[in-house]
Amino acid sequence: MRRLSKTLLGIFWLLASVAGAERSAFAASSEADFKQAYAAADAAEKEAGRLRNRWLPTEAALANARKAAEKNDFDQAIAAAREAEVLAKASIFQATSEKDAWKNLEIRP
Amino acid sequence: MARIGRAGSRLGVRSLSMPLAVLLLAITQAAVAGNVDPAAEARAFRDYFFKKFPNVKADDFANGPYALNEDMRRQWEEKEQFPPYEFSLEAGKEMFAKPFANGKHYADCFPDQGIGIRQNYPQFDAASGKVVTLELALNECRTANGEKAISYTGEDMAALTAYMAFTSRGKPFDVKLPDDARAREAYENGKRYFYTRRGQLNFSCATCHVQNPGERLRAEVLAPALGILNAMPIYRSDWGGMGTISRRFITCNSQVRSVPLEPQSEEYRDLEYFLSYVSNGLPISGPGSRP
Repeated sequence: MRRLSKTLLGIFWLLASVAGAERSAFAASSEADFKQAYAAADAAEKEAGRLRNRWLPTEAALANARKAAEKNDFDQAIAAAREAEVLAKASIFQATSEKDAWKNLEIRP
Repeated sequence: MARIGRAGSRLGVRSLSMPLAVLLLAITQAAVAGNVDPAAEARAFRDYFFKKFPNVKADDFANGPYALNEDMRRQWEEKEQFPPYEFSLEAGKEMFAKPFANGKHYADCFPDQGIGIRQNYPQFDAASGKVVTLELALNECRTANGEKAISYTGEDMAALTAYMAFTSRGKPFDVKLPDDARAREAYENGKRYFYTRRGQLNFSCATCHVQNPGERLRAEVLAPALGILNAMPIYRSDWGGMGTISRRFITCNSQVRSVPLEPQSEEYRDLEYFLSYVSNGLPISGPGSRP
């Protein structure tokens, strides 16, 4: 009986250790993923800034990503960072296409 | 642009090597851009609005949405009995008269002691090569006399410009575009900014104020671009206070979900230059009030 208890305790400890290790490995991976996603979004937004065409929702999404990361909610942080990257790229596309497209609206003599 | 493209095809540009074709097109475009006459553009700008609103008298465009909407006009005329900008106007008059610590006044920084000159701003300053708006000139006056600059979006700047606009009421906008490539570039930059779509809503200034003046955007009746700065600064019920041209530009950018530029940035000053130039001849009606 005592041996069985020790065996069960050992199995429990082993499972707990593996689960803990997996959890910490997952958290480390998520944080790294967040940093990667945030860096991509931040780079795109900096480019939008260089083009003088940042969007408010991009800034809001970046702020949301930072807040979520501070709370170690990396799933949410990554989702917000990816949203920011998409928005920033859209603002870059807008600025680039408008280099000539603005003339379509112009009142000409 | 389209005309240039078709002409290029006729000339056999396609048969040329790509870099040479691109270079030729760029030169042609530059030549065409150089030939555009801003005075002719301003006439076309005014004619667009005169044709769009044939029943509106030219000078009435200085009254913004009230020129286009009869109900709003009646409310505005009643409101003008006790105008909401009156306190700001009085404050501006006092501030304008109050000497700086060195004993000098705002009046010492402007021609005609700063009275009745609002219609001449913005100006192109050949020495600095930049557009100088009235707001910028007021702050340059302050700093030149050892005072701190005041906020371009604050009540004090609104009050000062309200007083100066009031002394120019009825005088036609008379913004000069000197024969200077840098002035011309500033005008072109302002024009480009005006027509360029921005923000998540993908709106340009022209989307609202050229394509849709008189239409409602939620509770707001959109003002025509022609004469849009003549009533500045304005009391806006939406703001619950007075606002400068800087504040108006920043609000417009925010409304289309674009990150606003810094007040009195080069783009905003050039935009003000363009909008004022095309409204030359229309009377100053500021300070004004808007819903």
